Amino acid sequence: MADHLLEVCDLSVEFHTAAGTVKAVQNVNWHLDRGETLAILGESGSGKSVSASAVMNLIDMPPGKITSGRILLNGQDMLKMTAEERRRINGAKIAMIFQDPLAHLNPVYSVGWQIAEAVVTHGGPKDKAKARALDLLRRVGIPEPELAMGKYPHQFSGGQRQRLMIAMALACKPDILIADEPTTALDVTVQAQVLALLEELQAETGMGLLLITHDLGVVAEIADRVVVMNGGCIVETGNAAEVYRNPAHPYTRKLIDAAPGKGAMPEERDRSGAPLLEAVKLQKHYGAFHALKGVDLTIMPGETVAVVGESGSGKSTLARAILRLDDPDSGSILYRGQDLMTMHPRELFGLRRDLQMVFQDPTQSLNPRMTVFQLIAEAWVIHPDILPKREWKARVAELLEKVGMKPEHARRYPHQFSGGQRQRIAIARALAMQPKLIVCDEAVSALDVSIQAQVIKLLDGLRREFGLSYLFIAHDLPVVRDFADRVIVMKSGQIVEEGPVRQIFDNPVQPYTQALLAASLDPDPEVQAARRIAREELQQRIPA
Amino acid sequence: MKTFIGKRALASAISLVGLVILVFFLSRLTGDPTNLYLPLDASLEAREQFRELHGFNDPLIVQFARYVGDLLRGDFGQSIRQARPAMEVVLEAFTWTLWLAFITMTLVTVAAIIIGSLAAFKVGGIFDRIATFFSLVGASAPDFWLAIVAIVIFAVNLHWLPTSGTGTALHWVLPVAVLFIRPFGLILQVVRGSMITVLSSAYVKTARAKGVRTRPIIFVHGLRNAMLPVITVIGDQAAAILNGAVVIETIFGFPGIGKLMIDSILLRDFSVVLAAIMVSALAIFIMNLLIDLAYAALDPRIRY
Repeated sequence: MADHLLEVCDLSVEFHTAAGTVKAVQNVNWHLDRGETLAILGESGSGKSVSASAVMNLIDMPPGKITSGRILLNGQDMLKMTAEERRRINGAKIAMIFQDPLAHLNPVYSVGWQIAEAVVTHGGPKDKAKARALDLLRRVGIPEPELAMGKYPHQFSGGQRQRLMIAMALACKPDILIADEPTTALDVTVQAQVLALLEELQAETGMGLLLITHDLGVVAEIADRVVVMNGGCIVETGNAAEVYRNPAHPYTRKLIDAAPGKGAMPEERDRSGAPLLEAVKLQKHYGAFHALKGVDLTIMPGETVAVVGESGSGKSTLARAILRLDDPDSGSILYRGQDLMTMHPRELFGLRRDLQMVFQDPTQSLNPRMTVFQLIAEAWVIHPDILPKREWKARVAELLEKVGMKPEHARRYPHQFSGGQRQRIAIARALAMQPKLIVCDEAVSALDVSIQAQVIKLLDGLRREFGLSYLFIAHDLPVVRDFADRVIVMKSGQIVEEGPVRQIFDNPVQPYTQALLAASLDPDPEVQAARRIAREELQQRIPA
Repeated sequence: MKTFIGKRALASAISLVGLVILVFFLSRLTGDPTNLYLPLDASLEAREQFRELHGFNDPLIVQFARYVGDLLRGDFGQSIRQARPAMEVVLEAFTWTLWLAFITMTLVTVAAIIIGSLAAFKVGGIFDRIATFFSLVGASAPDFWLAIVAIVIFAVNLHWLPTSGTGTALHWVLPVAVLFIRPFGLILQVVRGSMITVLSSAYVKTARAKGVRTRPIIFVHGLRNAMLPVITVIGDQAAAILNGAVVIETIFGFPGIGKLMIDSILLRDFSVVLAAIMVSALAIFIMNLLIDLAYAALDPRIRY
């Protein structure tokens, strides 16, 4: 047997829950060699994280149970080891970083302590552990590392926190680093930096890197080989570029086809005539933080305007300000010429039905104690003139069919649906008001790629059918490219660049927009390689 | 931090003034205590003299003004019953209660944290089930009944411990044991619940991925995060004892502030009632301040 660094053979894991047994992964095989980057690609529920959790002994048993297989580290079966032997491997030989670094760092201990703990746990002397922690902070690029040692996780930005996690994982110079969706919660530019850091560190240490991701772009950027998972089984495995070019399995092909950013961009629209909504010089402060610094925005009837920018750029504040969910400090919002800011509250109440919102996380935006019928029909309880009560049932059924669901779903509760279905319910709820404008605040960001493509298609169809306008807040550029007519690029509460989608994507003028586009990941490894070169050139031109 | 303490002190001082005014007038509504102190056959002159001596003949507002004037000079008035300064009487009793609360709550806290944490580590395990059973029994048993049963068993039948009073260390055993049971059950449940949440958190997963041993996972990574809700309940329970564990102190003849307050109210010993209320109000203020400071000490995200 050829000895791989880490080899998972014939692994099957089940979870015994009240609802029955779930086969999380079935007869999974993969291996990882020194200096290699292997990506496990899959959508939510595909079981892509399960084998890594099994490697780290992080599966709670019960309810979990490993029903077959071996996990060989340098040829030794880890599943036959004692708990104490497994513990000594964790952190020392195999380390792991996770998706949400804020939740995964202990909030009440300083980061210096937490990094040093990894060293001390595996027998390192205390004084040297501190020096090592300081070294690592410097290596992963945390500014003012001496000061940072005594700081707490909440005092860092999202990207810095992931760097801290990486520093902690590398504390004992592990042979293998497992990264579970390490950049999913990060902005594109930060994502590119963190991936670059991982690559650098891998080249330095020669460790094997196992990357778990749902993002074809991340695979294209960093992986040597890829394992594609669906429904707990591996459907395809091979060289990353090869798999992208010649996907052997229909599921892989479907995933690649669903990746956004490949369609034809819409033609420029005629923007003459009266705008549907016009925001003028919107200002908003949160305490000392200046969130909106005089933002102007025009949306025409039937138009989709996308607002893109990194976290903290003010794009969500803008969305909330336009609907007066969070009143701006100054400026005006003209809806068909009437100023929402100076309007009588009763008039505003009447207008609210024209302006609806779909939020990012449907799990939170749908009341868990209301049935789908109640959620949708509530619109007509609030605005009784829309629809007489005897027609409610028929209309709910109609709306559900419109968003691709079934009329009998009306009796169920939100938790009985998947994430994509819940977002459809949220869209049906917005449609119940017969709105003119729907503000989508990261409405597809939390969804799997294939579901994302379906929801975008749905929104597009509804736009044609009802002549809707969208204000589409997003950080994901390829989605915007496929869906929007116009793009507004925001940075630090200001609009940096604005124009038709073709102009922004094909000829961006501002360096910030260029940087944003260069950092965004393409699912094609070849395109990605070209972009990487462009990005490096750009970095040399504009330092930070 | 200093401004925070200052603001809190000011807010507490204002409510204390309101409390003093309220208690002063309400207690006067219960009537004149003269007849409670003088023998049934005391002469009218004697009664009149008693009233004059204690100032009960003056209009209420004059009595109040005099009381406030005395307060400002640091004079809390005289105990009619014990014929010595009211504050002296109160502080003596309060010292007893303070010890009682301190010993009880220290034992409760240590026991509840250790047992609750271990129960949370293996939810549904045999240890968890036993701990949960006893804590629920403890939290729901009426303390006066427990006190009496304990006296019957350990003092009357077995003669191991004294029935009541103070004097030796053995006198403390029954009051502390009976006071222990209820807060122990309650705090154990809070520790367990809080710990279960914390132990399933993402940062505990990170600690496991780092290879941290089980004990530091529970008591270093888990406990400090789990302590915030626990501290609130500990403070609440300690305040309840400080406020006077009236029933327990009465049953065990324990000379604490609860017993003093009941006796003083029954005999309309107004100055003592007022002084006792001020002392326990101050104690609860300090208690709450300590809880707030403990919050900030435990969690770096909380800063005042």
